[in-house]
Amino acid sequence: MSVLAPPLPVRRSRKLARWAPYAVLAGSAAFSAGLLALLTTVTIAGLFALTAVSYAVAITTLSRVVEGPRWAKDRLATALVTLAFLLALIPLVSLLAIVVGDGLGGFSWDFLSTDMVGVFGSMTSGGALHAIIGTVYVTGIASLVSIPLGIFTAIYLVEYGQGRLKRGITLLVDVMTGIPSIVAGLFAYTVFLVLFGPAYKSALIGGVALAVLMTPVVIRSVEEMLRLVPNELREASYALGVPKWLTVVKVVLRTSVAGITTGVMIAIARVIGETAPLLMTVGIAQNVNWDAFDGRIATLPVFVYRQYAQGGVAADRAWAGALTLIIIVMLLNLIARLVSRYFAPKGAR
Amino acid sequence: MENHVTATQNAEPKPGRSGASSAADTTSTAGAAALPRTGSSGRLGNRIFAGLSTGSGVLILVILAAVAAFLLYRAWPALTAGADTFAEVDFMSGRGLWAWVAPLVFGTVLSSVLALVVAVPLSIGIALFISHYAPRRLAQLLGYVIDLLAAIPSVIFGLWGIQWLMPLVSPVFTWLSTRLGFIPLFAGYQAPARNIMTAGLVLAVMILPIITATIREVFLQTPRLHEEASLALGATRWEMIRQAVLPFGRSGIISAAMLGLGRALGETMAVLMVLSPGYAINLFLLQPGQHQSIAANIASHLPEAGSTGVDALIASGLILFAVTFGVNLIARWVINRRAEFSGAN
Amino acid sequence: MTRVISRRLAGISALGALALTLTACGGGSQAADGSDSGDELTGTIAGSGASSQENAVQGWIAGFMETNPGASVSYDPTGSGTGREQFINGTVQFAGSDAAMDAEELAAAQERCGGDVLELPLYISPIAVIYNLPGLNDTHLNLSPSVIAQIFSGEITAWDDPAIAETNPDVDLPDLPIIPVNRSDDSGTTENLTEYLAAAAPEDWSHEPAGLWPIEGTQSGAQTSGMLEVVGGAEGTIGYADASRVGDLGSVAVGVGEEFVPFSPEAAAAVVDVSPPAEDASDTILTIDLARDTEASGAYPIVLVSYSIACQSYESAEHAEVVQGYLSYVASEEGQQRAAQPDVAGAAPISGDLRERVEAAIEGISAAG
Repeated sequence: MSVLAPPLPVRRSRKLARWAPYAVLAGSAAFSAGLLALLTTVTIAGLFALTAVSYAVAITTLSRVVEGPRWAKDRLATALVTLAFLLALIPLVSLLAIVVGDGLGGFSWDFLSTDMVGVFGSMTSGGALHAIIGTVYVTGIASLVSIPLGIFTAIYLVEYGQGRLKRGITLLVDVMTGIPSIVAGLFAYTVFLVLFGPAYKSALIGGVALAVLMTPVVIRSVEEMLRLVPNELREASYALGVPKWLTVVKVVLRTSVAGITTGVMIAIARVIGETAPLLMTVGIAQNVNWDAFDGRIATLPVFVYRQYAQGGVAADRAWAGALTLIIIVMLLNLIARLVSRYFAPKGAR
Repeated sequence: MENHVTATQNAEPKPGRSGASSAADTTSTAGAAALPRTGSSGRLGNRIFAGLSTGSGVLILVILAAVAAFLLYRAWPALTAGADTFAEVDFMSGRGLWAWVAPLVFGTVLSSVLALVVAVPLSIGIALFISHYAPRRLAQLLGYVIDLLAAIPSVIFGLWGIQWLMPLVSPVFTWLSTRLGFIPLFAGYQAPARNIMTAGLVLAVMILPIITATIREVFLQTPRLHEEASLALGATRWEMIRQAVLPFGRSGIISAAMLGLGRALGETMAVLMVLSPGYAINLFLLQPGQHQSIAANIASHLPEAGSTGVDALIASGLILFAVTFGVNLIARWVINRRAEFSGAN
Repeated sequence: MTRVISRRLAGISALGALALTLTACGGGSQAADGSDSGDELTGTIAGSGASSQENAVQGWIAGFMETNPGASVSYDPTGSGTGREQFINGTVQFAGSDAAMDAEELAAAQERCGGDVLELPLYISPIAVIYNLPGLNDTHLNLSPSVIAQIFSGEITAWDDPAIAETNPDVDLPDLPIIPVNRSDDSGTTENLTEYLAAAAPEDWSHEPAGLWPIEGTQSGAQTSGMLEVVGGAEGTIGYADASRVGDLGSVAVGVGEEFVPFSPEAAAAVVDVSPPAEDASDTILTIDLARDTEASGAYPIVLVSYSIACQSYESAEHAEVVQGYLSYVASEEGQQRAAQPDVAGAAPISGDLRERVEAAIEGISAAG
């Protein structure tokens, strides 16, 4: 996924100087601070809100007078878009800052390489090795099922499907996208309860629950990417006598590989942090379980929840666990980017 | 203005979304018929490949049917039972199944709608900022950060809601409740801010990354030529976005919103942690102990539910499933209706 | 390597602390026998159930596995109801439960075990009534059962209410509204508090004892951690939680007879000592009918008794031995002292008399056939 430099807007006859928006911003900040100081107390939140409003009003008015109504609208839109962005950034950044800030305290090599056997009370040792392995297992099982299934279904929808079956599948994929995670958990729980009896517990159950959640996300994003492959490419390939399946593999998939990888990453990211379905299907364990098909297994999100619920020093482990999860996703993202850079055809956007 | 752009669009080949699919269907068969086949390997490959992908599509139907069937199987006793069956189930406190589920459905939908109302406009803003306003380097970094946020476990969003958001919104809620308390919407706030509004805000932040990531991808794929054509005709950047980017991304925005809605409807842990639950149907957004979502309710009561209780909880899960089904059907209907008038075609 | 050393060090220091407490208590006559003298056990058992026991069980498992490295015990805090269910359907070998099994469950459990069932009160923990009033969190406010009941049922709504001031003459009570907080999930803690309120203040508490809070439209939190977040989240709140989790919050001295008693392990043990066995108790089912309305001096009546449930006979000899070894450790003075440490679970150790009966029951665990 590469980002293009936005095309520059056209020259206008009479326009504000480049520094004008900044000057207006500084002016409205000063005005807001003054107004707040005069009426109530100056708080950061209040200052931010009032500055935003007064800047939007000021720049629009100014632009309308100098540049005309169309440009004023453009200025207003720019201000609003930027504001939306800043507004959304506040919670997201604070969240990330909390996780990193609180997580670093308990994060160490020891944390990554030990499990929780024999850890109790106010002992600060112990770690998340068992939970990391569990998360890799559960997410791995889910990915093994849903990535191929998702990609093939998307190929069907874009390249092969027609008529009522296609319409039906498209609709049901949408429905499946909306399956709540707890329902997926209940489903996996019930399936294994009915088929294997209540005593069976393993990473597989969690994997099934996550696969149900992950597949539609993969389908949706891959489908979206396949549709964006220009038709000229397909036609060129057919014109050269390449069979359809090879066209799909070598042209369509190849062209959209970057987007597909991003889509798959988003899908993994969506399920890797799921807590509720795992809480009810695989439970928690204190020790490393290398067998994905038998026995309880700990997973990072459940580990985080249980450690937080225990309170005291365990809360540090909860934050460190959350940080670990983010780092895992970061690494996966990095790998995905490298992969897509390697496979993507040169010169594609 | 509009006419010029449409004319330019029509003059160009159409790599747009629906154009690609329908054209692919027709041209592929035409192309295949016109050209001599490359040989049996190609034909066999074609058959296998078509079989695999069709099979996958059908498998999706099977999985979905299985989900519904297994849930229905477990929920059936509860769905068909009389009200007195549930007398022994503590958490239903003497209500029948439907009297118990109705407020839960209401709470689920209310919290998700609040979340969508906040999150979708913000997401469009962020996605536009990243795709069309921010400098390239910054945009890539931001896209990366937002992808990461999608992975944060919901427990952490819950903790963040308790430790960061609640103290922040509490004065605002107090102000709303004292000044505008005569409007029922804002009446009866009680600290700490464990009400449906807070839950909606936390959900909004939770679904923001996934909606933004999806919308951003779509915006980035807006055909370059459309954008340049618009600008070349003297459009401002905002006019270009309205003429080229937004119509092109409309179905993407709706499907991203559906993705977010799906997550919000089913979000469990964060709601469980930030909401003081209750079983009322009302719009007192700031009052604690009035609403509860189905998912959080299941997670909260599953450990101590007896077998009748589990049946009832699974039945509520099935109803949640049906609600999402209904919401998606409506959304699809809306998309299809809008698509007929869409300029992007 | 470092991991092994650090764990061993931690183990040694824990043992050291334990030795200190043991000497301080004068040592019990039976401290040495039980698990220590037997030959090493091997095998794996799983348990599940009450989350209230979780911290104590982790301590016990760690202690048990120190002396029996070949054995492996796991505990999944799924909740009491699920724990009993999983025990009955054979998923786990032992369960932890905040409530004794009812007749129906008991019959099913006896069928699963092919014999008698053990219900042992091995985790006794005081429940603190906690509040958040900055400046007053270090003083234990004196509240009578009737006042506590009126606060939780919403009849007393301000902290400077005369009823509260009457029992706290030296305290400068703030002019704050009271925000009662309860658990939103089904919990043994709630059940014990409501049972206490129904028994000790029947005039002011009209609700039946239940694991789910009977009043709707209140502030509430899921699990103990959720409760603590709510109480910590606003001034003027009052709630209840396992005593080991009180932390910086204030806790109430509860009115018992003429006195006001703050929670402590000793005070919790005192109420268990004056409580009679439950009606259906036997040699293996050592359930207790807690005397909530006791007026015994120094007793703290809001106590959670959580049972360990096991079979008297197991099909597998391995299971029987490890369950027996583990439960002996839990019942031993060492095990009970470990759970009593404030940083582990702050539980009340069981009395010598109760231990004798528990140990007699555990002795009977054997492999079938």
